[in-house]
Amino acid sequence: MNTVIFRAVAPYLTALMVVFSVFILLRGHNEPGGGFIGGLIAASAFAMYGISNGVAAVRRSLYFHPISIAGFGLLLAGLSGALSVFFHVPYLTGLWTKVAIGSVELDLSTPLFFDIGVYCVVVGAISAIALALEERQAD
Amino acid sequence: MEIALTLLVGCFFTVSIYLLLSKYIIRVLLGVGILGNAVNLLIFTAGRLEREVPPIIPDGNMVPETVTANPLPQALILTAIVISFSFFAFLLVLAFRSYQDLKTDDTENMRFAEPADEPHPPLGY
Amino acid sequence: MAGAAGQEVDLTGVMVSANLTVSDYFIVAPVVIPILFGAILMMLRSKRNWQAPIAIAGFAIALFAEFGLLQQVIAEGPRTMTMGRWLPPFGISFTVDLTGALFAFTGGVVALAGAIYSWRDVTPTGRRYGFYPFFMLMMAGVSGAFLTGDIFNLYVWFEVLLISSFGLIVLGSEKPQLDGTMKYAFLNLVATTMFLVATGYLYGITGTLNMADIRDKVGQLDQAAPLMTIAILYLLAFSMKAAAFPLNFWLPASYHTPKIVVSAIFAGLLTKVGVYALLRVMLMLFAVPRDLLAEPIAWLAALTMLAGAFGALAQNDIRRVLGYVVITGIGTMLAGLSLATQTGVTGTIVYAIHSMLVMTALYMAAGVMSRLNGSFDMRQLGGLYAASPMLAAGFLVLAISVSGLPPTSGFWGKFILVKASLEMGAWWLAAAILIAGFLTTLAVFRIWIFAFWRGGPEGTRDGAEAWSIGEAEPDYVLHSSLAIGFFVAASLFIGFAPELLISTAGEAAHGLLHSQDYVNSVFGGR
Repeated sequence: MNTVIFRAVAPYLTALMVVFSVFILLRGHNEPGGGFIGGLIAASAFAMYGISNGVAAVRRSLYFHPISIAGFGLLLAGLSGALSVFFHVPYLTGLWTKVAIGSVELDLSTPLFFDIGVYCVVVGAISAIALALEERQAD
Repeated sequence: MEIALTLLVGCFFTVSIYLLLSKYIIRVLLGVGILGNAVNLLIFTAGRLEREVPPIIPDGNMVPETVTANPLPQALILTAIVISFSFFAFLLVLAFRSYQDLKTDDTENMRFAEPADEPHPPLGY
Repeated sequence: MAGAAGQEVDLTGVMVSANLTVSDYFIVAPVVIPILFGAILMMLRSKRNWQAPIAIAGFAIALFAEFGLLQQVIAEGPRTMTMGRWLPPFGISFTVDLTGALFAFTGGVVALAGAIYSWRDVTPTGRRYGFYPFFMLMMAGVSGAFLTGDIFNLYVWFEVLLISSFGLIVLGSEKPQLDGTMKYAFLNLVATTMFLVATGYLYGITGTLNMADIRDKVGQLDQAAPLMTIAILYLLAFSMKAAAFPLNFWLPASYHTPKIVVSAIFAGLLTKVGVYALLRVMLMLFAVPRDLLAEPIAWLAALTMLAGAFGALAQNDIRRVLGYVVITGIGTMLAGLSLATQTGVTGTIVYAIHSMLVMTALYMAAGVMSRLNGSFDMRQLGGLYAASPMLAAGFLVLAISVSGLPPTSGFWGKFILVKASLEMGAWWLAAAILIAGFLTTLAVFRIWIFAFWRGGPEGTRDGAEAWSIGEAEPDYVLHSSLAIGFFVAASLFIGFAPELLISTAGEAAHGLLHSQDYVNSVFGGR
C-alpha cells in the first residue's frame, strides 16, 4: 500500500477531501448533504492520510485530540439547541438571523451550528476509532 | 411488492439467528450485522412502499404534488443504521481485542468472568 | 423562518406558539446538562484532576433540575415540551409524568453519589480512557429514557445509554472484563434490536411514534391488528434489559467484572430503565394485551425472584451474590406489573425507587470491603467489624433493607406488593415474594457474618489478632462514607416515614393506569 505515488498524492487528496467535506456540510440545509456525511468524508480523509503517512502525522495535523474535537462538536450542538431558552421557544427550535457582510446577505441559523457540531462529533469519533485501529496494526 | 420484501426480511432474520446461535464470536458478529439490516428492511416495509417519488416539496408549494414515499421510515432507518454501525464497530474492536487477550473466539472456552471450577461459598462458620 | 426562495411561509398552524419560561426547560435539562458536561469533559481529557469536580458539579446541577421537575409535576400533573416547536405528534415530545419524574430524580441521586464515590476510586488511567464522559453520557441516556414521550426516541436513549455503558464496563480491559463485556454487549444489543423490531411493527399498524398518540390509536384498532405480537416483543425486549428470568444470564456474567463503582451505578440504574420501559409500554400503551398476559408475567416474576435468590445462595464472590440479588429485585417489581392494580403498581414504583438506592449502596459497600480486605471472595473476607464498625452497621442496614425487613425502605415495597397480590387472590405470588425475601436474607446475611462478624478469613483462628486489615486512604474513606451513609440514611428515612413516597408513588401509578392526563398534556397544552 505504501508506494511513492500514494504517499505523494495522499496529502493533496486529503486536503481536497476536507474542503469537499466542508462544502457538503454547508449545502446540507436544503439539499442532500449535511454534517454527518461531511464528517464521514473528512474522517475518511484523515484515515487515508494515516495509512499513507503514519498516525503521528495525522495527530500532528489535527492538532487537537480527536476526542476533544468530538467533545467540542457535542458542546456546540447542545448549545445551539439551548439558545432557544433566550427566545422562550422549545428546545432545538431553529432560529434565524441575517448578517450582512459587505453587500452579501448571509442567513445564519442554529441548525447550521447544530450541523457543524454533528460534523465535529463524526470527524472526532470516527478518526479516533480509525487512528486507534491503524496504530494497533503498526505494532 | 410488500410480500416479496416481507419474505426477504424473513430470510434475513433466519440467517442472522442461525449465525447468532453459533459459538464462534466472529459468526455471532456477522449475525449481528445481518440482524441490523433485517430490522432496517422491516421498518422500511412497515412504512408502506411507494415507487420512485422522493418526498420533496417543490418550490412555492405547501404540500407535495403527488403521493410520495413515506419519509419517516427513512429517517428512522437512517438513525438505526448510524446506531448499528457504531455498535458494529465497537463489537468488532471488542472481539478483536478479546481474541488477542483471551486467545480464543470460542465462547465455550471463554470462562474468565465465570470460571468453571469456582469454589462453593463457605458452608459452615 | 426563511423559506427556500426568500418567500415567507405561514407556519402558525403547524407550530407550537407557547411562550416558555426558564422553569419549563426543567423538562429537557436532565438530559441536556449531562450532555453538555460530558462534552466539556471530553474536551478537557488531559486535565485529569479537574474531571471529578466538574462531573460532580454537573450531576448536582442536573439533580437540581430533576428536583424542580418533580416539584412541578407533583403540583401541575404531566408536562410536555415538543422539540423544535413542531406540533405533536410530528415533533418529538418530551412528556414527563410523575413516574418518569420520580425515576429521573432517583437516578440523579444515584449518579451524584456514584460521582462522589468515584472521586478517589477511579484511577488516572480510568480517567484517561474517559470514565467521567462516559458516565455523563450514560446519565443523559438514562434521563432521556425516563423523560421522553416518543417511542423511537426511547429507543435512541436506550442506545445512548447502552453504548456509554459499553465504554464503562470495558474500562481497564482485563481478561474477565473482556469476557463479561462480550456477553453484556451481545445480549443487550439483541434486546434493543428486538425493541426496534417491535417499534417498526407498531409504526406499521398505528402510523405514529408519539406515545400519547399511540395510546389513543391502539384503542381504535380493529380486532385483527397484531397487538399481542407487538406486546410480547416489547415484553421480551424489556425483560431482557431488566434481566428477568429466563433472560437474566448476562447480568451475573458481567456485573462483577468492571470497576466496582461502575457495577454500582449499573445495578442502580440500567435494569431499572428496563422496568420503567415495561411499566410505560405495558400499562399505558398495551393495557388490553397486558391483561391477557397477566398470568405469564406473574409466573415470570415468581421465577425471576426465585432464580435470583437461589443464584445468590450459590455464589462465593460477593459481587456475584449482589448481581443475583438485583435479579430478585427485578422479579419483585414484575409482580406489581402482572397485577396491574393501583396497589400493585404503587408497590412496583416504591420497590424500584428503593432498589435503585440500596443496590448502588451495596455494591459501593462491597468496594470498600475489598479495599480493606483485598478480596471479593467470601472465604478471604473476615474481621471487618474491627476495621470499620460504621461500615458494618451500614452494611447491616442495607442487608435488612434488601431483604425487605422493617424498619427500612425495602419493607414497604414488599409489604404493598404482598398486599396487592392477596387482594387479587394470587396467594402464590405473595408466597414467592416472601420466600424470595427469606432466601435473600440468608444470602446477604451470610456475607455480613463472614465478612464482618468472624475474626478473620477462613484458615485463621476465630478472633485471630494476627489478622491485619488494610488501611484505606482518608479521602477515599470520606467519599465512600458520604455516599454509602447517604443511602443508608435514605433507606432508614423511607422505612420510618414512608407516607410521602407511598402517596407520590400511588399518584404515579394512577397516572400510568389512567393516562388521560398524559395525553392531555401532549395534545391539550398547545
